[in-house]
Amino acid sequence: MAKSFLSIEQLTQRYPDGKGGEFTVFENASFGVEKGEFVCILGHSGCGKSTIMNILAGLSDPTSGVVKMDGFEVSGPSLDRGVVFQNYSLLPWLTALKNVTFGVAARFPQWTKVKVIEHSTAFLAKVGLTGDAIHRKPSQLSGGMRQRVSIARAFANEPKLLLLDEPFGALDALTRGTIQDELIKVWSDTDQTVFMITHDIDEAILLADRILLMTNGPMAQVAESVEITIPRPRNRTQIVEHPNYYAIRNHLVQFLGQRSADLSDQTSGANNRPVDVRIDLTDMAEGDDPEPASVLRAVEG
Amino acid sequence: MDLLSENKRAAIWSIALLIVGLLVWEMSISAQAINTGELTEYELLTGAGTAKAGVPPPSEVAVKAWQELSNPFYDAGPNDKGIGIQIGYSIYRVLTGYFLAALIAIPLGFLIGMSSVAYKALNPFIQVLRPISPLAWMPLALFIIQDSEASAIFVIFICSIWPMLINTAFGVAGVREDWVNVARTHELGAFKTAFTVILPAAAPTIVTGMRISIGIAWLVIVAAEMLVGGTGIGYYVWNEWNNLDLTSVIFSILMIGVVGMLLDSMFGLLQRAVAYTE
Repeated sequence: MAKSFLSIEQLTQRYPDGKGGEFTVFENASFGVEKGEFVCILGHSGCGKSTIMNILAGLSDPTSGVVKMDGFEVSGPSLDRGVVFQNYSLLPWLTALKNVTFGVAARFPQWTKVKVIEHSTAFLAKVGLTGDAIHRKPSQLSGGMRQRVSIARAFANEPKLLLLDEPFGALDALTRGTIQDELIKVWSDTDQTVFMITHDIDEAILLADRILLMTNGPMAQVAESVEITIPRPRNRTQIVEHPNYYAIRNHLVQFLGQRSADLSDQTSGANNRPVDVRIDLTDMAEGDDPEPASVLRAVEG
Repeated sequence: MDLLSENKRAAIWSIALLIVGLLVWEMSISAQAINTGELTEYELLTGAGTAKAGVPPPSEVAVKAWQELSNPFYDAGPNDKGIGIQIGYSIYRVLTGYFLAALIAIPLGFLIGMSSVAYKALNPFIQVLRPISPLAWMPLALFIIQDSEASAIFVIFICSIWPMLINTAFGVAGVREDWVNVARTHELGAFKTAFTVILPAAAPTIVTGMRISIGIAWLVIVAAEMLVGGTGIGYYVWNEWNNLDLTSVIFSILMIGVVGMLLDSMFGLLQRAVAYTE
């Protein structure tokens, strides 16, 4: 198997359990993300999604295992890996624009002030923030607008890998929808590689090229990698009419509802890569797929 | 009712209270004016004819204030200097001691706030030294420094250091981890993180400490100058008390209040400049 752009190899995280023993969050997790790919990771709370995210961001170190990006081992935080935090993490004493220029100036120290401002303003405009709003402080912006600023800050830095930690978790459903659309728009304008944590199945299907499914912790594993076989551009109203949508959705619901628990707490092998799952009913409809519709094509990675 | 009319009403009440207060004061003084009737020669010789030293009425204080403030910077020898010069000395001592304290307290507070080991190591010393009345240091300071001027500055230094140190440490320790993570993911170095993230994040708490410190320093300088003597508003109050010139005493008390208020409101402005809402 060719090396992925981002490759996570046998990542293990253990914490002391306070009784002298150890608590294993996940063990030997291995998976890859390709360049330009949008990957979502789904799983119940406590399965270690955020821990994986923090390790990828370089904010914490795993007990063992390595993360390689572009062939180089990742250690410590870097401007190559941008992060959008769930609680926005804007600096409240800076205006929206300054929050973005703060990042851009750190990323491109050789740029002139004018260029930094131009670049930042352009990215704020991409997420629909223009005019007076960009000169306001975060406290004067709504939750949705704050998250837009946070997304603009991350994209404006043009990192090699963008990490999104449940970016829409704190937003209401309507705002979430609009910002998802904006996120897709910004993403499709760039060739950004995105790794995103979410709790929301529909959000994951709408946004992702591939969804990684995690079993419940402790000893969580990345069990499956589900390809989203719905062509882009996707639209939230039309996507539900695609024949693959409910097949994929049902598979995900079934995993999270039942199998994530069944598969949990199993001692894993030395190198447990996720099983690749591809669900595509359109092939069936055209009749060029020999397999029965009810069977999932599972291919060992 | 809009805000303006509320402010106006408050102003009217303030002025009314002031006028009533001054009137009551004025009238209670003139009521106790002594009766200068027939006096024997003996009484005249022992000074019974001159008015007994009493609390002066506000009108006298106002006249005194006018005299002093119309020529605040005259210097007619060691015991006769203008109020401006005396206050100038006090402010100079307060600011010198205060800024020396800030120079040590703020960096040290950063260190204590960032490192829990440093916090735990220094905490016992802080807890013991902090409750000591600054004036208790005076004899030791006078003996070691051998200079009354520098000793007064040292007393200001030692009393203003604690609120700044503790508030800086508290503010720095309380900076949200998310903001520090933002700095880390943007690869900011230690100094850049300290100045662009931690300092603005902790600034409101630090400035609150600075504001408390300047208030304490201004309280302490009066007492310190009464002890060391020579110059300053504290010395002036004590000197006028020795002269039994209560009009000057009251006038200088008011001046201490006004200067203290100005110092505090300067830090109030600074506080507003660094404030942010999450």
